[in-house]
Amino acid sequence: MGLAKRIIPCLDVDRGRVVKGVRFVDIRDAGDPVEIARRYDEQGADELVFLDITASSDDRATMVHVVEEVASQVFIPLTVGGGIRSNADIRRMLNAGADKVAINTAAVANPEFVREAAERFGSQCIVVAIDAKRVNEDAGPLRWEVFTHGGRKPTGIDVLEWAVRMVTCGAGELLVTSMDRDGTRDGFDLELMRSITQAVNVPVIASGGVGNLEHLSAGVLQGGADAVLAASIFHFGEYTVEQAKRNMAAHGIEVRL
Amino acid sequence: MNTVAVIDYGMGNLHSVSKALARVAGDSRVEVTYEPERILRADRVVLPGVGAIRDCMAELTRLGLDEVVREVAGSKPLLGVCVGMQVLMDFSEENDGTPCLGILPGRVQRFADGQVDAQSGERLKVPHMGWNQVHQRQKHPLWEDIAQDARFYFVHSYCLPDQKLEITAATTSYGVDFASAVARDNIFAVQFHPEKSARDGLQLYANFMRWNA
Repeated sequence: MGLAKRIIPCLDVDRGRVVKGVRFVDIRDAGDPVEIARRYDEQGADELVFLDITASSDDRATMVHVVEEVASQVFIPLTVGGGIRSNADIRRMLNAGADKVAINTAAVANPEFVREAAERFGSQCIVVAIDAKRVNEDAGPLRWEVFTHGGRKPTGIDVLEWAVRMVTCGAGELLVTSMDRDGTRDGFDLELMRSITQAVNVPVIASGGVGNLEHLSAGVLQGGADAVLAASIFHFGEYTVEQAKRNMAAHGIEVRL
Repeated sequence: MNTVAVIDYGMGNLHSVSKALARVAGDSRVEVTYEPERILRADRVVLPGVGAIRDCMAELTRLGLDEVVREVAGSKPLLGVCVGMQVLMDFSEENDGTPCLGILPGRVQRFADGQVDAQSGERLKVPHMGWNQVHQRQKHPLWEDIAQDARFYFVHSYCLPDQKLEITAATTSYGVDFASAVARDNIFAVQFHPEKSARDGLQLYANFMRWNA
């Protein structure tokens, strides 16, 4: 017995409301973030991730209030991502009650930002989020490219090289999302996850594509992930977190029940 | 009135600690403070801590709180959390070696990189992050209503390896067995984060609020 694999429901938040669609398209309102966070906590969620997808920076203050509200009622680790671009942004979220921040676009724009943030706040609260997309489906060895801006902007950076570099800079955890799978419900890109989990020595959260409970176990058993993230299967009441954990336990995976 | 002071030296997730204490405090008052008089006046004291230990020690010393913590350690219930536990020990290997408060005996060390779990054959990552089991090694009022081997949330790269010392209140296994809780007289300290450990974490804080050491 030892460290449990984690299940992490993800809440995409737009102007203070939880929404979920295939990223940035077909957004459906899924409710009040505090209420949803409490429900997941009661179901045994191991952590929560909030991604602020609010387009306008004016509305970003809303996210701070959401985090404050959730942090005063839900006593499990909270990670906040979306629009984290400076030490001031990190400080604001940590002060509001977040335990970790996820950095994506700003890391690509300036990798030194990750190093500075890890030195200032500690690696334990710096998660680097990597949006990965397959670039050569048909020929040659499998490769993935880093995308930013919610998966819209290619960077030309190789995902594996980037993952290793970010850990060297001090990232304490990687949140890896397959842009090919996100929203499809076809399951994680297991080859992507396995490549990354074998390449780095920090915990990896697998994300993108979960459509059923078997996918979660596959992320751990075949992808090598330390934690699995999902959104839509939980938001609309298809499955509870507890059901997901019992299913993982039935596959011999150690979970917190 | 029963008051608990949460020591604010700029190095902790004070929001979470104070909210969790407030949740279980009932009529008690939770004060987040760096003022020595208020800390010394409180009925019980929580010493949180996050980040690099050298910075933690430097801030405690700069604010004159090292002496305050020593005084508290000799007089009233004190709960150290995470790095707040580590600073109570003699020494930490972090930051090329950092002398700590020396209130409890022990030497804090880094988890070795690339260790493999003996049972699963899995490569163990550093930091040790997530929910692990806490095996209680002694009966203690702070374990009341908390099951043997209950899971708590950890996030740390340094630990106090288990040396079967009398102060060991619980151990946890991650490549090595380390002390996940230590206790002596009116002092209790945990490597995990009760404020992030859902129901069992709140139970531990509730037990601390009732503890008459």
